[in-house]
Amino acid sequence: MLNDLFPNVDWEKMWEATQETLYMTGVATVFTFVIGLALGILLFLTSPQQLWANKLVSWLTGSIVNIFRSIPFIILVILLIPFTKLLLGSIRGPNAALPALIIGAAPFYARMVLIALKEIDKGVIEAARSMGAKTSTIIGKVLIPESLPALVSGITVTAIALVGYTAMAGVIGAGGLGTLAFLDGFQRSQSDVTFVATILILVVVFVIQFIGDFITTKIDKR
Amino acid sequence: MILKVVMTVIQLENVSKKYRTANGELIAVKDVNLSVENGEIFGIIGYSGAGKSTLIRLLNGLEQPTSGKVIVNSQEISSIKGSALRNARQKISMIFQHFNLLWSRTVEENISFPLEIAGVSKSERQKKVLELVELVGLKGREKAYPSQLSGGQKQRVGIARALANSPEVLLCDEATSALDPETTDSILDLLVDINEKLGLTVVLITHEMHVIRKICHRVAVMEAGQVVENGDVLQVFQSPQANVTKRFVSQITDTNERKESIGQIIKNYPSGTLVKLLFVGSSTGQPVISHLSRELNLDVNIVHGNISQTKSGPYGTLIVQLDGNKDNVQKAVAYMNEHGVKTEVIENAE
Repeated sequence: MLNDLFPNVDWEKMWEATQETLYMTGVATVFTFVIGLALGILLFLTSPQQLWANKLVSWLTGSIVNIFRSIPFIILVILLIPFTKLLLGSIRGPNAALPALIIGAAPFYARMVLIALKEIDKGVIEAARSMGAKTSTIIGKVLIPESLPALVSGITVTAIALVGYTAMAGVIGAGGLGTLAFLDGFQRSQSDVTFVATILILVVVFVIQFIGDFITTKIDKR
Repeated sequence: MILKVVMTVIQLENVSKKYRTANGELIAVKDVNLSVENGEIFGIIGYSGAGKSTLIRLLNGLEQPTSGKVIVNSQEISSIKGSALRNARQKISMIFQHFNLLWSRTVEENISFPLEIAGVSKSERQKKVLELVELVGLKGREKAYPSQLSGGQKQRVGIARALANSPEVLLCDEATSALDPETTDSILDLLVDINEKLGLTVVLITHEMHVIRKICHRVAVMEAGQVVENGDVLQVFQSPQANVTKRFVSQITDTNERKESIGQIIKNYPSGTLVKLLFVGSSTGQPVISHLSRELNLDVNIVHGNISQTKSGPYGTLIVQLDGNKDNVQKAVAYMNEHGVKTEVIENAE
């Protein structure tokens, strides 16, 4: 039945592409979370009147984040080709897309982390200081837990953006559903392939959104 | 005989705190000298902007003074840093106007937080938390999140959390200002209870005279960064010197209601002499009024009264109408002055 509806779809290939998309999104999300969180915390702590208030570090970090956030992703992918080649020895396959995906998404997520941390009641940080907490304790036991719902909904949005980025990374032959839809679907005029790939991308996005929303509600005790 | 050992727990010497702002220098605290003794409840009262918030934060090093010395538990807080300061802070706890609980933690996890900071083992923490939950009257609410608690309950968690590391000093930053009058009283009772049970020194800042009157032994009055008056609560009540103190004292004695009623009283009692009596401390216990009517043959009519209980005895005013022989009225006034009742003749009829 499915074969009659979508005559040109090679289901095995489609499944392989889905896995590649999931792999790229998953690995990039994990790295983006870690790097973005670290950058976001650094931005927060070095901003005025915070624990590590430092104009120079704050300005430098802020500038780097803004520059990478402003470069259109498709251009970033091309700019990073030499770097990727140096790092991985190849510019083809899902792994080759990872540096661009992470460098593109982490600054974006860092800004979201900063917004989330700014929402924390200043009094709570003051209370922790008054108890004699170290900065590392404040980060681990106050800043992260108190902003967790916002951090999770932020990474959900970022992961969905990353699904879109993986499709664009197809230009360097990253693979995944985006490449499949472009090469097999669009260039060979097999619109059923494009259609199925789009449906699968939508499913991936909906699943990510659902999981993110579920966790956010679960951990929000406010 | 038991000798009460009086020790100075907190000592401030010529402490000033200046901030640099866009509009120039702002002096938040100016040349403050204070000492707080072991086991007392010390109140600092002032209107907003008087510098009391900054002053209390100097006591645990959340703010550093621009000049002067801050000594708490025989440690110079104003000169230590890093882990020495963090360790000192574990013995100088603080509670806050807006409670500042972690919403992501339950009641017991919030109370456990300072113990985690101090590196106490898990089993020890559980034991201590159980004790504290009981002490502040939150049994049965251990698993609740702050969002499920009332304001009063949140402050109880704040207090339990502050007591976790068995501090020597408890700093209260407008701890009852966000609470309704009834809850305020229950929290104040809890503070007195803790002060008596644990011998904890309490320093509180407030803008409510009610708080000072109800629980403080001594009070300092702040205005524009300076301590303008400082002493036993009753003494400050009895003879307020600075204008700001007079305003605070009138907060609890001269209610608007009374100002209106004095006019009404003068109209209603045209005969005799209206005298305002000011009772301070022990004199309230003496039967001065009955003496007047018995010995001096005066008709004494109580027309207005307001006596409140303070930490060091009763305090308040009575307005009485004295009717009878003019000489005897004079004698009555003299008699009362002799017995420690301050008098003020409001209106002489005739």
